[in-house]
Parts: sequence; C-alpha cells; structure tokens
Amino acid sequence: MSEQASVSIEDVRRVAELANLELTAEEEPRMQRDLNAILGHIAQLNELDTKDVQPMAQVGEMLGGEAHEHGETLREDVVRPSLERAAVMAAAPETDGRFFKVPKVIER
Amino acid sequence: MPKTSEISKGTDIVIDFTIDSVRAGVADGSATATATAELHYSRIAADDGDKGKRINSFLALSKERALAQAAKIDALAAKGAELPALAGVPVGIKDVLTMQGSPATAGSLILKGYRPPYDATAVTKLEAAGAVLLGKLNCDEFAMGSSNENSAYGPVLNPRALDRVPGGSSGGSAAAVAAGFAVATLGTDTGGSIRQPAAFCGVVGVLPTYGRVSRYGLIAFASSLDRVGPFTNNVKDAATVLQVLAGQDVLDATSSDRPVGDYVGALEKPVEGLRIGVPAEYFGEGLDPEIRTAIERVLDGLKAEKCIIKPVSLPHTKYAIPTYYVIATAEASSNLSRFDGVRFGLRSAEAKTLSEMYRKTRDAGFGPEVKRRILLGTYALSAGYYDAYYKKAQQVRALLTRDFLTAFNEVDVIVGPMTPTPAFKLGEKTDDPVAMYLADIYSVAASLAGICGVSVPCGETKDGLPIGVQIMGRHFDEGTMLRVGLAVEKMQKPS
Repeated sequence: MSEQASVSIEDVRRVAELANLELTAEEEPRMQRDLNAILGHIAQLNELDTKDVQPMAQVGEMLGGEAHEHGETLREDVVRPSLERAAVMAAAPETDGRFFKVPKVIER
Repeated sequence: MPKTSEISKGTDIVIDFTIDSVRAGVADGSATATATAELHYSRIAADDGDKGKRINSFLALSKERALAQAAKIDALAAKGAELPALAGVPVGIKDVLTMQGSPATAGSLILKGYRPPYDATAVTKLEAAGAVLLGKLNCDEFAMGSSNENSAYGPVLNPRALDRVPGGSSGGSAAAVAAGFAVATLGTDTGGSIRQPAAFCGVVGVLPTYGRVSRYGLIAFASSLDRVGPFTNNVKDAATVLQVLAGQDVLDATSSDRPVGDYVGALEKPVEGLRIGVPAEYFGEGLDPEIRTAIERVLDGLKAEKCIIKPVSLPHTKYAIPTYYVIATAEASSNLSRFDGVRFGLRSAEAKTLSEMYRKTRDAGFGPEVKRRILLGTYALSAGYYDAYYKKAQQVRALLTRDFLTAFNEVDVIVGPMTPTPAFKLGEKTDDPVAMYLADIYSVAASLAGICGVSVPCGETKDGLPIGVQIMGRHFDEGTMLRVGLAVEKMQKPS
C-alpha cells in the first residue's frame, strides 16, 4: 500500500474534471477516502513480475486459432438501413427534428 | 392449470412452471400463453410492487407487447402448428438491455424516461423463439454492484429472505425467477452479475463464453467483459434459453462464428469419466463453513457418479479482484462518457454552457457507485498512471487466463463455491466498497478469462439461505458445464 502515491483532494478534483463530473463538497472527501481504499487493494498487483507478459485486451487473443472464431470479424462494407432519424430524435432532450440542440459552446 | 413440476423452493414460494410445462400447456390448450402471461402478471401485481412481499424486481411492464405475442402463440397452437422452443414462456429482461418502446433505465436516473427505438439481439431472439416478454427488471445502476442496492429505483429484496439482498447486479432478474414472477429472465454478467445473484436467490444463472451471445442492445459497462445470459429455475431450462441466445450476430463485432453446440442434447450424456478440477484457491480463508460443506457434498456426489476429482491450481486467483476493478472501471469510464444529456435521457436545465451542461447532467444523473467507478477508471487511464494500473492489470489478466487454460489441459470443468457467504443483509456492506467488491471473489476470474460458468443451487444454510455451486467450463464448452450442472441438480432432489 505504501508503494502507491495516495490520492489527494486535488487529484480527486482533477480526475473529476477529466471525467466531466461535478462533485459536491461532501462528495469530494468521501471519494478521496474510497479511491485510496480501492487503490490500496489494487496495489497488490505490484507483487507480480509481469515484465515479459503481453497485456491482454480481449479474450480472443488468448485462444489461438482463427481470429473470426472468437469474434474479430469485419462485416462486408455495404450500405444497410439504419435506425429512423425521427425515432432517434424523439428520445433527445432538445432537438429541431434534424439536429440535437445544445447550449452555447463558445463563451464571448 | 398446467402440469406442475416437482420443483419446490422449500418456502412459501412454489415454482410450478418449467419451459416444458408451459409449452405443453400451450400445445394442448390446458393453459394458453395468454392465461400463463396473465397469471404471471397477477403474481407481479400481488407481490412485486407496493403490496405483498414488495420484491421490487420489475421496473416496467410491457403488457401490450406480451399479450400480443401470447395471442400469436395461442393462434399457432390452435392451428396445431409446431411450437417454437420458448412458446408462451413468460420472460423478463434486465433493464440494461433494450426493448423497443419500453423504458431502458439501466437502474440510473440519467436514463429516466428513455425509450430506445430498437430491440437488443437477445430480446429479438427470445421473441422469435416464442417467448412472452413481461417487462424490464431492476438492477444495480449500469450493472455496477453486488447487492442491487445501487439502483436509483430502490433495492430488490431476496424472495427467499426478505431482509437480504438478492445479489447484483442482475438482482431483479434473479429475484423474479426465484419468486415465480417469470419462468426465465435475462441478466448480464461483467464480474459475477448473473452467477452471484443466482446463488443468493437459489436459481440457475449462466455466464456464457465471451463472444457466444450478442451484446448488441446491451448498455455497455465494460465491453471486454460484459456478457448476456439466462436465469432459470432448472438446468434444462437454462440450456434451452442459451440455445436460443447463442450464435454470431453481425451487429456485435466481438461475437464468435464458431458453431453453436447442442446444449439440450448434451444433458442426455452421463457425467461418468469427466475430470472435475477443484482449485484450492477457492476454498481458503473467508469461505463460510456451511458453504464449504455443501460444495464438498457436491464433489462427493460427482465422485459417486464416477467423475474423476482432481486438484488444480489457479495461482493468480487472489489478484482477480484488483485486476477486475482496474479493467472494468477503465472501460466504464470510457463507455459512460456517452451519457452527457445530448442524445437521450436526462439533461440538466440549469446549465448555460455546453461543458456546464455535461457536468450538471452527469452529477444529477449518476449515483455514488457509478461516480466512484468513473473516477477510478479515469484515474487509472490518466497520464502517468496508465502503465502502473491499466497495462499492469491487462498483464495480470493474461496470467489469470493462462491459469485456466493450463488447468483445462488436465480437467473438463472446474468446480468450487460461487460466493464466500450466503446472501447478506440489506445495508450490511453499503459503506465499504472494498468489502462489497470482495463478495465477487469467486466470480471475477472467470469473467476476466472469458470462460463460461454456471451457478447451480446445491442446498441451503441452516437459516434457509440458498447456496450455489459454480461450475466453470472451457471457452465455448457450455455443453459439458451444463451436463455437470444437471448432475448436481439431480443430487439435490430428495429421492
């Protein structure tokens, strides 16, 4: 546990900003405490020597055989029908029927 | 009323339907699909909502769609046509899977009011096979949790013990089957979310091999781990539903084109001669003694069936939880960035600028566990920490997978406890995320390795809480795993 840098309140704020999350003043110390507890548990991984181990991103990589057998298939590049625009737009919080509307992007 | 099966839960809940009994009732007209659907809706009305047992498993009912499908099935039966595999079977769908026109909240406020314009492939397949879709089932928010206490729509109660959690994240799916509200349900499993609640509620829950069942229409949590699978009251029903779900889907690029096995047919074969691996790492400190005894009884039973019991080693098991909580949260932090108030669900009305709108929407829409995991995943992927956390976890994931591949050179299936304890009390672990995460100690390794697994009921504690045994199978060898599951199920029946 001591090998890991502990997470400060500033770290929590920085990560929240990266994640587009707004934390309340009450949430910040709670998240700091929880992240430190979880990262402390995760620090166990440092017991393992992994310098010659290839990182595994997908299950299929470990199975050998043909890629398509474990789902690395590319479908044919053909035009196919998509969802109806009207059905998709109906779920949007704000739309003019053609586009999604959002608040101002650039402040002046 | 249909022919009742002999399955009884030992409490006041009597499970009186199987897929076979529903189909038989529909075929000979003694219980139409419509009557069966209505009966299940009346049970839900009596015990799921604010009356009776208040299980809180269903978040939305799709009665119109269900009764239209039931009428279609009854018309087929009236013509004497051959009935599909799930003809008239009442099924519930976890609320992280889309059903066109029905709400899909994923247990979150951020998707409140969202009605997706398309069906998940698993949903399409069930309906094409004749299933009657009753509605959407409660779950932990974005499938993040082990107790169903992280749902924005209230916890689900365990039908077998109302002061206990049903497990999570597919708590509603497990509870609905255990309470007799549905004959089968769909759940999803990222780190144990099908198998652990199945064990807690005393039902069968299947984790199919990664790539076996399409994820199209599943609201993604961790894409390299997420899987869709069934809950049922018995192993044969599980095999029947899995048979319907399995297969390649052009809409999920990670689905496999390997031929689908004959899962129901596999159940006919005897288990004699199968090699059963027993990992010492799954019987260590922290395992409830009553669960240990129940699993040992299962192993004795398999030995009596002339299976060969062999010790195997899965040496990296203790690293599965920390590995999982890096990889799953990293993927989640990326997947959940799509919930931003632009295309669907909630949008904060207070915001004046776009970036403020993102933040305020996400702050109001996400619950504490989801925020915690997004923060952890973002931290693990952030500059300076990527190698130390994310890459390291991916390397350990390779080691964990190798453990299984090596063991499966020696044995056909691996058997152990599903959970370290029986269902815990509501509120017991909500203040301690690490303690909650450790409830998944026996489930996450199979998730990371991509192998298949099933939880099968194998008795109960002296307090009457269900116990589940986990049977893990090779990649794409669900048939052998279910065959052993059936043998375990047969041992439980009083002769």
